[in-house]
This record gives sequence, structure tokens and C-alpha cells, in this order.
Amino acid sequence: MKIIETISSADTCDPLIEVINLIEVINLTKKFDEVMAVDNISFNLQQGEFFGFLGPNGAGKTTTINMLTGLSRADSGMLRVAGHDCSKNPKAAQYMIGVVPDESNLYPELSGFDNLCFCASLYGISKNERQRRARELLKTFRLKEAADRKFSTYSKGMKRKLTIAAGIIHNPQILFLDEPTTGIDVASARQIRQLIADLHHNGTTIFLTTHYIEEAERLCERIAFIVKGQIVHIDTVKNLLQPLQQKKIMLISVSNSAHELCNKLAGAFPDFEFLPVSAEQLRIESEKPIRLSPFFRFIEDHNAEVTEARRLSPSLEDIFVRITGIGASILRKETEKKGGAA
Amino acid sequence: MKKWLPFWNILLKDMRAYYLKPPNISWGLIFPVAWTSMFFIKSGSGPESIPTLLPGVIALSVLFGTTSMLAVTITFEKKNRSFERLLLAPVSLELLMLAKTAGAILFGSVNALVPIIFAFFLTDISKISWIIVLPGILLIAIVSTFLGLFIAVSVSEVFEAQTFSNFFRFPMIFLCGLFFPVDSLPVFLRPLSYLLPLTYGADILHGAINKKNMMPFGLDFLVITCFCAILFYISLRNINKKWIT
Repeated sequence: MKIIETISSADTCDPLIEVINLIEVINLTKKFDEVMAVDNISFNLQQGEFFGFLGPNGAGKTTTINMLTGLSRADSGMLRVAGHDCSKNPKAAQYMIGVVPDESNLYPELSGFDNLCFCASLYGISKNERQRRARELLKTFRLKEAADRKFSTYSKGMKRKLTIAAGIIHNPQILFLDEPTTGIDVASARQIRQLIADLHHNGTTIFLTTHYIEEAERLCERIAFIVKGQIVHIDTVKNLLQPLQQKKIMLISVSNSAHELCNKLAGAFPDFEFLPVSAEQLRIESEKPIRLSPFFRFIEDHNAEVTEARRLSPSLEDIFVRITGIGASILRKETEKKGGAA
Repeated sequence: MKKWLPFWNILLKDMRAYYLKPPNISWGLIFPVAWTSMFFIKSGSGPESIPTLLPGVIALSVLFGTTSMLAVTITFEKKNRSFERLLLAPVSLELLMLAKTAGAILFGSVNALVPIIFAFFLTDISKISWIIVLPGILLIAIVSTFLGLFIAVSVSEVFEAQTFSNFFRFPMIFLCGLFFPVDSLPVFLRPLSYLLPLTYGADILHGAINKKNMMPFGLDFLVITCFCAILFYISLRNINKKWIT
């Protein structure tokens, strides 16, 4: 069964277009003891879309994926995947979805090839077909040389790639990717992002959770910011970045306390916005062009020295910080804790 | 979808990944050999005592073989999250757990052959009613496996599964009439014997090998079948309740 709804879209010339919602979530709530993991969230995901859930650890990203994929039950709310009511019959939707969890969960004792063949068999794929598909994916994911090695001997990046391959072995309509590049080296992360982008170009609908802002901006078409179990904002990347297009941003490095200087600068230059980034860095934002010499003079008059000045392009990070109030540095610290590289 | 395909492949995967590994093959062989040798030699009354000991040794081999393996194939996979991959597959939980337990049932049944082969070389086993013994062994293997499943889904660590298994296994050696009749137990312990599934399995084997069963075969088979259904149902309910939260 397909859910087809007629909506008006701001992004198209055609005021009325037919959209197939592959995922529909309405007022979804999940509580673990006293902790509200997911708090009354609603969103939908259209066929062929690349949708991202961006938020810090513990925001409710994995819990949402678990409920959508049948690994967890919702306390209340409605969730439909490919037309199937997941709260009543999660197994019906599982034919159509592929899941790549935040940690590789393949079998350490089996080889890469055997792991893929086994995963395909769970979807009723015949022996010849699953072997053909496994070989094809091993080639695509550049794991052909390691096909006969035990999964336990793979590096983190290789494990992650094989886990993604296992998630798409049955050609799912929707692929859920939970933090796919967390904890792996930069080169592998880049390769994985390219593979994910290719999957999307080939027509797979993708639901990605991440706490890498740059990753979400680069890959996703639409993003939901999720904080403490609640979706605080949801829009297309294009629309999210729109308000900042005219904005001029400068990053100034100073020798003294940036926080203190920001307060003083704000008093002296009321037409500009001043934001402390760190103890020794501050941002100047304005709709008008920024002439630096008055600021430099002001800073030097206040016994500080400008060590560097750089022009920044508006990014999703700025929007995320504005909307959620969470500093991007917090997300980066979480990344470092997990041992990853953005 | 052909439902037998995931079932068969889960069974094959478990066989390759766990049951056919050298340590498990040696465990599967050594353990029944140890039990058999210990009881046959310790009895000291010659080969004529073998038929009396055989039911108990068979039942023990099956019980220990099956319950030990479930701690690995279920608890270990739950711990390293590969069990999640099975839960994400479009396979019903019932079929999934039947596939996961089928390997242990086969492993336990093969374990039972070790003391039988021993007995074949040491004594006359021509009077044994195989038509009763073989389904009896299979049912003991099924009920022991489901007991192992019940234990495996009640804990979260492999060592907890082993410890919890022993909580059931060792009392069963004495309470289920394996080597001495339930009637010879103190009166206050006897009700406990009838609450344990192995009592009925051992009774089937005693009847088929020595014609010394306490209850009719039909009743034994019926009670074990009920135990199987109840243990499987409780295990599924626990998985639904605890693992799909």
C-alpha cells in the first residue's frame, strides 16, 4: 500500500504535486523510565528523499530509528513505513527497509562474503542471486580483496563499509543510516559519504542520523534538528541557509578575553552582532559589508591585539547554533569522544 | 518469501559459526564420554549395569550439550548486537527462535549418540525399544534447548547464562530420577521432581531401555510437549518484552 498525498510545495513551480510518503510519523513519543527519549515528534519522508536527523548524543535519533525499524515500540503516536503501520505490524515494513546501525553488528566468525550472503538469505533471496549481489557489493565498496577474510579481522572503516553493504543487500527502498561515519578515519569517512551519495542518486530513500553538521549539510536535502527528544526545526537545507545568504561574517582572533570584548563591541557598534566563539575568538555578523579598521582600532584601544581575521561563509552550523542554542563545539567534542574524524 | 530459506540459513550459519567449531565438537564428544566413563566405571558392577545407567547418561549428555550452547548462540549474539540483525529481518519471531534453537536440538541429539555407541560395544542393547528411545531423545533435546533459551533470554551476559543454567542443571541430576528413582527421594523433594521436565524424559528412557517407567509413555510425551510449549512461549514473551522495548 502506498500513501499518496497532494501537497503544495514551495520548491516547485507546479503548485500541486503528487508526493509518495514512504515514512509518516505523527506525535511519536517514547519514554525510558523517567527519561523522555522522543517527545511528540512528527515528520514525513518522501520517496527518493535524503533526510537527516541532526542532534547531539542522547537527542533521540537512534530511538526514533529503532521505533521505525521495529527494534523498539512507541509509547504513543503513529508511525507508518511504506504504508505499513509499524506499531501494529513492524515485520511487514522490514522487507522494504535496510538498516545500518551505529555499531557494526555482523558476525565476527564469518567472512565478508559469507556475512553478505547470510544477510541476503534473511530476505529470502536465492543462493545464486545472493552470491552475485554479494560479489557486486564487495566490488562497489572496494572490499573484494578482503571478501574471504573473517569480519573480525577488518579495520573499523572496512567493518563500517561492509555493514552498509549488508544493509542494502536486498535492495531496500529506504535505508536507515545511524551515525555511519562516526569513529572511523577521515579517508574512510569520505569514501562512505560518497557511497551514500551514490546510493541516493540511484534512487534509494535515505534517513540519516548524524551529529556531524558538515556531513548533514553536504548530503541531506532536508534536515530536522532534534534536541532532547524534540524536533526544534525541520526544513530543506536550501531554506535553512536562505536567511544567511546576505549575511557577512568575519572571524576575529584576539589576544585577550573575547567574551569581554564582545560586550564592549556590542555597546560601541549597535548595528553589528558580536558572538564569542571561544576564549580568543569572536564573530562579527552584519547584513552590511564589514569594514575592519574601526573594529581593530577599538580592540587595540582596549588593550587587546588582533592576531587574525578571516571571512566566513554562512553554514548550517550557524543555523544549528541559532536554532538549538547548542554550540557546534559541543557536537565536535562528542565526535572526539567517539574517536571519529569529521 | 520462502520461509524455509531464512530458517535453513540461520541454522547453517549457527552450525558453521558455533557448533562445528573444534572446541564445541570436542566439548560435544568429551563431555558425554566423560559422563559415560565416570558412571560406567564407578558403578563397578560390570557391563550388566550399563542399561540401568544408560538413560541417565543419555539425558545428562543432552541436557548439558543443549543448555551450554544456547548461552553462546543467543546471549553472545545479543551482547555483540548481531542478534539485532535477525530482529530486523522480515522473519517472524517464532520462526527466528525455532531456527536459532534448531542447531542446539541437533547438537544435543548427536550428543546422546555417544553413550549409546559406548553401550553398543560394551553390552547387549538389542532389547532397547528404539521406536520410543529416539523420539524420547529428540523431545528431551527440544525441552532442554527451550530451557536453555528461557535462561538465555533472562540474562544479559554469557557468564550469567552459564551460572543460571547450573542453577537448573545440577539439581536436575539428582531430582529427575536419572540414576536413582524419584520414589527413593525424600517425600518433600518429590513434588519438585515432577516440576522438572527431565523427570519425564528420563522416565521415557528408563521405560524404553529397562522397561522401568513410572508413568505411561503417552503421559510422559504429553507432559514434555507441554513443557516445550510453555518454555518457548515464555521465552518469546520475554524477548518481546525485554529486547524489543
